[in-house]
Amino acid sequence: MQFFWAFVVGGALCVIGQLLMDLTSYKFTPAHVLVTFVSAGAIISAVGLYQPLVNLAGAGATVPLTGFGHLLAQGAINGVKQHGLLGAFSGGITAAAAGITAAVVFGYLAALAFRPRS
Amino acid sequence: MPAIKQKQLYYDMVKQSAPKPRVWRNTFWAFVVGGLICLVGQFIIVFFRTRGLDVNEAGAATSATLVFLAAFLTGLGVYDEVSRFGGAGGIVPITGFANSMVAPALEYRAEGMVFGVGARLFNIAGPVLVWGIVTAWVAGILYYFFR
Repeated sequence: MQFFWAFVVGGALCVIGQLLMDLTSYKFTPAHVLVTFVSAGAIISAVGLYQPLVNLAGAGATVPLTGFGHLLAQGAINGVKQHGLLGAFSGGITAAAAGITAAVVFGYLAALAFRPRS
Repeated sequence: MPAIKQKQLYYDMVKQSAPKPRVWRNTFWAFVVGGLICLVGQFIIVFFRTRGLDVNEAGAATSATLVFLAAFLTGLGVYDEVSRFGGAGGIVPITGFANSMVAPALEYRAEGMVFGVGARLFNIAGPVLVWGIVTAWVAGILYYFFR
């Protein structure tokens, strides 16, 4: 059942991104979509509404960039729980470290290994 | 003709001739492509869970796997087709984030390893990290003071 919801919720989040680009001004670029999604995910997560979506849809909620924001926000909040104020500084990136490092390393290697196409 | 009026006239002309996005078609394909990428992610999560990873570990491993696939497919030039076809369906998932790093880095490789690849990797990922980290930090601070 989680496979079904992964498809539906993941697809629906992408539809929101598509509508943001199509129905607002032409200056709403993919970069704006990604930035909006990561911040929106962090805010929705902070007020406690994102975890239920993750429980329902699994990858449908964690794979879109809102899930990245969720990971950062929960990391910062759990950091505060464990280490106090310093945790707000260390928790977010600690939680997202695997994704960030994978993106930098694989991105760098891909940029080296492949030739740009025209 | 006064400059302001000319400007207005120009904007009207641009508005008329700019292509109207085919909203329904775009929405449909964004849903299908985005949904499929998340479905693949769900399969990868279940795979890692059966290998004994806990929920958080499986999530992190899945992100890393999807990022690897997206970087590889971007290098091959396949992912650009996914984005062209699926619009936001190829942008919103973490694969789109990886694509936004590799594509400019690859394109500007001629500018060198530092200002070409090194800097361009963060063309779009930079703003995303800035916004994500600041928002999460604010959430942590608010939690500290108002828990």
